[in-house]
Amino acid sequence: MDGIADMGGMQGWGAVKRPGDEPVFGEKWEGRAFALGLLSMRTSGTNLDSFRHALDRQSPMNYIADGYYGRWCHAAETLLVDSSIIAPGAVEARARNRRGENVEEPAWPEPNKPDYAPTAAGSLREVTEPPAFAVGDRVRAKDIHPTRHTRLTRYVRGREGVIARIRPSAVLPDTHATFQGENAQHVYSVRFDSHELWGPDAEEFTLNIDLWESYLEATS
Amino acid sequence: MSAVEERLPIALRTEALEQLLVEKGLVDPAVMDKFISTYENDVGPLNGAKVVAKAWTDPEYRRRLIDDGTAAIAELGFKGPQGEHMVVLPNEDKVHNVVVCTLCSCYPWPVLGLPPSWYKDPAYRSRMVREPRAVLSEMGLDLADDVEIRVWDSSSEVRFLVLPQRPAGTESLSEEQLAELITRDAMVGVALVAAP
Repeated sequence: MDGIADMGGMQGWGAVKRPGDEPVFGEKWEGRAFALGLLSMRTSGTNLDSFRHALDRQSPMNYIADGYYGRWCHAAETLLVDSSIIAPGAVEARARNRRGENVEEPAWPEPNKPDYAPTAAGSLREVTEPPAFAVGDRVRAKDIHPTRHTRLTRYVRGREGVIARIRPSAVLPDTHATFQGENAQHVYSVRFDSHELWGPDAEEFTLNIDLWESYLEATS
Repeated sequence: MSAVEERLPIALRTEALEQLLVEKGLVDPAVMDKFISTYENDVGPLNGAKVVAKAWTDPEYRRRLIDDGTAAIAELGFKGPQGEHMVVLPNEDKVHNVVVCTLCSCYPWPVLGLPPSWYKDPAYRSRMVREPRAVLSEMGLDLADDVEIRVWDSSSEVRFLVLPQRPAGTESLSEEQLAELITRDAMVGVALVAAP
C-alpha cells in the first residue's frame, strides 16, 4: 500500500543522525514493545508479513511520533485486535486506568484467528517453474498501486533495471500478509541506475533491490 | 484517529498492552525478559566483527563467506531470526557498499543485533536510496569521487553484511585484535574501519 512506511526517496526529513554509542533500548518500554511485537505474531496466529502490514497501516502520525518501537507496539495491538484476541479500545482504556482515570474496559472478545498455517518455517520455498528472467535481462518494475501489503517500493515503480542476481525463491509477502496464500515466487536482485530513478541531476550510484517475479515485466 | 485526538504516551500504551496480555495468560513476562536480554547482551555487532576478522585473516573463509554468506556465518554459530539468507558485500578500493531498508528497518540481527537509531530514522530510510554520497558525508564518511557507491535496499528476507576493507598497518594484529577494530557502522557501510 502507498502508506507512511514506504519512505524511499521522500524529501523533507532533514539531516541524518551521526552514528554514536547508544543502548540497544533507549528506554525500558522500548524493550517491552520489542518483545510484545515479536510475541504478537504467535499470539494472534499471524506472521512476519502480517506484522509488517500492520506497520504499514498505522496512522502516519502514530508511526512517526511514537518512533520505531512505538510503531511495534501499535502494530502488535493491530494484529491482536484483528484476531479478536483483545477488544478494540482495550489498550487505550487500560492505559487511561493505569494513569488514574476510571473508564470502563471492553469485555474480552471471542478469539477469531485467521485460517492460516505456514507450509514450512521461514520464508524460503522451492519453486518448480524456471525463473522467467535471467541475469542480465532488462526489466521494468510494474507501475501498480496495490492497496494491500507489498515490497514493491514506490520509488522503483515504472523504472527499468537489470537482473543482477537470482535470490532464493520465497513466499510472496503481498498475499502471505493477509493469509491469501504463500504464492512462492522467484526473487531477483534488480540493479537500477540512479539517473533512471532520480533524473539527470542525481548523484552517480547504483541501487539494488530484491523484487518478486510478479513485480516485474520484460522491457520491450 | 483524527489529528486533534489526544495521543496517549506510548510508554503507557505499552504497559497497558503487556498488562492485558499477562493477565489473560497470553504472554509470559519472563519470555519477554529473555528476548530483551538476548539482544541487550548476547547478540550484537561483536558477532559480525568476528566474521569480518576471520575473513580478513583466512582467504579460504573469505571465499566461502562471499560465496554462501549464510553457511559461512553459521560456521561461527551465528544464525536465527532475520538471518535466514545472508549476503556478504565486499568493499573494494573503488566499490563501496551501503545497506538500508526503506520499507521498515530490516537488519541482519544474528550478526549485528538490533538496528541503531539512525538506521531506523526516516531521514536515513528516505535519503540513502536517493543521495547516498550526501548522506554518507553527513555521517562522517567522505568517499573519493571515483569510488562507486552501491546501495542495497533490504526489501526481501535477504539480509546484507558489508565486508569492510582491512585497514593498512594492521598486518601484525591477531584475529581477535582485528575484531576489536570492526564497528557496526562499517558493517552497514556508513563508515570505514580505521587502523588503531
